[in-house]
Amino acid sequence: MSDTDSIKKGFEAYDSGVEKSIARFPERKKSFVTGSKSPVKRLYTPLDDAGRDYARDVGFPGEYPYTRGVQNTMYRGRFWTMRQYAGFSTAEESNKRYKFLLEQGTTGLSVAFDLPTQIGYDSDHALSQGEVGKVGVAIDSLADMEILFDGIPLDKVSTSMTINAPASVLLAMYIAVAEKQGVSPDKLEGTIQNDILKEYVARGTYIFPPAPSMRLITDIFAYCSKSVPNWNTISISGYHIREAGSTAAQEVAFTIADGIAYVDAAIKAGLDVDQFAPRLSFFFNAHNDLFEEVAKFRAARRVWAKVMKERFGAKSPKSLSLRFHTQTAGSTLTAQQPDNNIVRVAIQTLAAVLGGTQSLHTNSKDEALALPTEASVRIALRTQQIVAYESGAAETIDPLAGSYYVESMTDRIQKEAEAYIATIDGLGGAVKAIEKGYVQQEIQDAAYAYQMDVESGERVVVGVNKFQIEEGSPKGLLRVDPIVGERQAAKLKELRAKRDNRAVEGTLAALKAGAKGDANLMPLILDAVKAYATLGEICDVLRAEFGEYQQKVIL
Amino acid sequence: MERTIRVLVAKPGLDGHDRGAKVIARALRDAGMEVIYTGLRQTPEQIVSAAVQEDVDVVAMSILSGAHNHLFPRVMELLKEKGVEDVLVIGGGVIPDDDIPGLKGAGIAAVFTPGSPTGDIIEFIKKNLKRKA
Repeated sequence: MSDTDSIKKGFEAYDSGVEKSIARFPERKKSFVTGSKSPVKRLYTPLDDAGRDYARDVGFPGEYPYTRGVQNTMYRGRFWTMRQYAGFSTAEESNKRYKFLLEQGTTGLSVAFDLPTQIGYDSDHALSQGEVGKVGVAIDSLADMEILFDGIPLDKVSTSMTINAPASVLLAMYIAVAEKQGVSPDKLEGTIQNDILKEYVARGTYIFPPAPSMRLITDIFAYCSKSVPNWNTISISGYHIREAGSTAAQEVAFTIADGIAYVDAAIKAGLDVDQFAPRLSFFFNAHNDLFEEVAKFRAARRVWAKVMKERFGAKSPKSLSLRFHTQTAGSTLTAQQPDNNIVRVAIQTLAAVLGGTQSLHTNSKDEALALPTEASVRIALRTQQIVAYESGAAETIDPLAGSYYVESMTDRIQKEAEAYIATIDGLGGAVKAIEKGYVQQEIQDAAYAYQMDVESGERVVVGVNKFQIEEGSPKGLLRVDPIVGERQAAKLKELRAKRDNRAVEGTLAALKAGAKGDANLMPLILDAVKAYATLGEICDVLRAEFGEYQQKVIL
Repeated sequence: MERTIRVLVAKPGLDGHDRGAKVIARALRDAGMEVIYTGLRQTPEQIVSAAVQEDVDVVAMSILSGAHNHLFPRVMELLKEKGVEDVLVIGGGVIPDDDIPGLKGAGIAAVFTPGSPTGDIIEFIKKNLKRKA
């Protein structure tokens, strides 16, 4: 009898025994599902490995198809970058928080900008009222950026900036600050999010319509490949898609479909795939279902490697390997019994690490209530450090490989994601699928189904629909002083009086002319930034040329 | 037959987090209400004019960016200026407990924070309508 036959026989015997016992003692539930509502079998065995070829589908770390990780030593070489997303109020306040985080042992910075900055409005714009400094730091001009990184040597830290529609402007400011510190652009390391497609479907900080937005993005790819070679020019993000309610497989599918659209656009703009693709990076969510999440990260790497090789003919290993940042899932945090969130974040951290992330932000326990305090940020960072130094999870590479369950789920997520990508191809690609509202509708359906499962009690959220307690109002939340808006407005007034306004007008006119034609806009934006043109002024020039995106409202 | 309750679900300010707003909109619709969703980035002026134009019974606003103390009361002010006093206005989002009394003082009838079941919101609307349905 072959091995498989004997396992089959053993399994059948086991299964009939189970049938008998559950006839007397039923299981807890009629059906078991993952966090994304995919069916989960009672038991996974070698029988589930049929059809998988180790060399072809799993392979070795640092080798195609990168299922087991993108480096050959992974965390035995060095840990992931512990990068806490932070920023609020003014540049001065945020600069203090960054210095605090660096003292506490974070190894990279991650800048959160306020909404006016993300949408290209100055702090004194009518639409900025009430929003200045709230969800991130307010940056109006190079002057603010100089304060933000004061005393932080930009050749020593890597900096990630969550900025999309006006990514070119903030990157230009960063380059200009570095120059003032005597650091040349080729020494800079970091990431701009620069992923407009997910803004249209899930995050909302778009400015321009898709076509000029894609141009701004490919201009950055081209500019950085020559001048800022160590910069990650985009962070193609599934994080927000998942936060908006998607399933794990949708997160992989829609993110990679967006990635395909960016690569297509860059190739159409005349770039060589192996010149820009090594600097593409990704950003995923770490949700509650530990094993499904690990499988998701593994599947994502495999799907991307195949896409880059088979669809785009990329050759450089760096073009084929999906490097990603992870953030724990904000939407899983509860306002009820907030201390429980520490435990959720710990499980999600483990998922990210077992899934082979390159960097990680852990959420703080109070984020369903307000921006996190220093004390709760410290716990979030300590959670990563405990997983890194105490849990043993980082001592060997891809420790869950070979688990019948995890391997089978990795295959399942790959298959589901590839089916979605084929559907999106059929609609004409990600941009078209978004314009048609297909992606938004899929996400919303999943989000609504999730909420209904919570309300029916089918899905338990501890402290929310089970194990509730009476609790008082949480104390000691962080509050952003509403005076920040006035302070920024005063700073702007002073700046506009002090700077060389002729130089500002000159650079803005040059930018306008460039936008009308097909020049790479990065150098023109850099000139404007250095002349202390404000973010709002630069974006207004582009708004006038490019128009503004009109959201497709779907219910 | 009872008149259908008309609700404007609105996203004031620059906040792009609309998962909650959309889930609520759908739940209200499934509960038999007629729902108009504004989409993102609405100014208080736009929200009030939509409320008047659509002749809604309820305005339900969602903010997760922290701008609620500025934007919610501004909507109330503008409604008052237009002489609209029979519209029930509720809010939701990431809103600290300490801010809720102030918002209620400004005329927001209820504030629903994360974890609120949609059933509670539906029931609240039905019980507290200012116009008789």
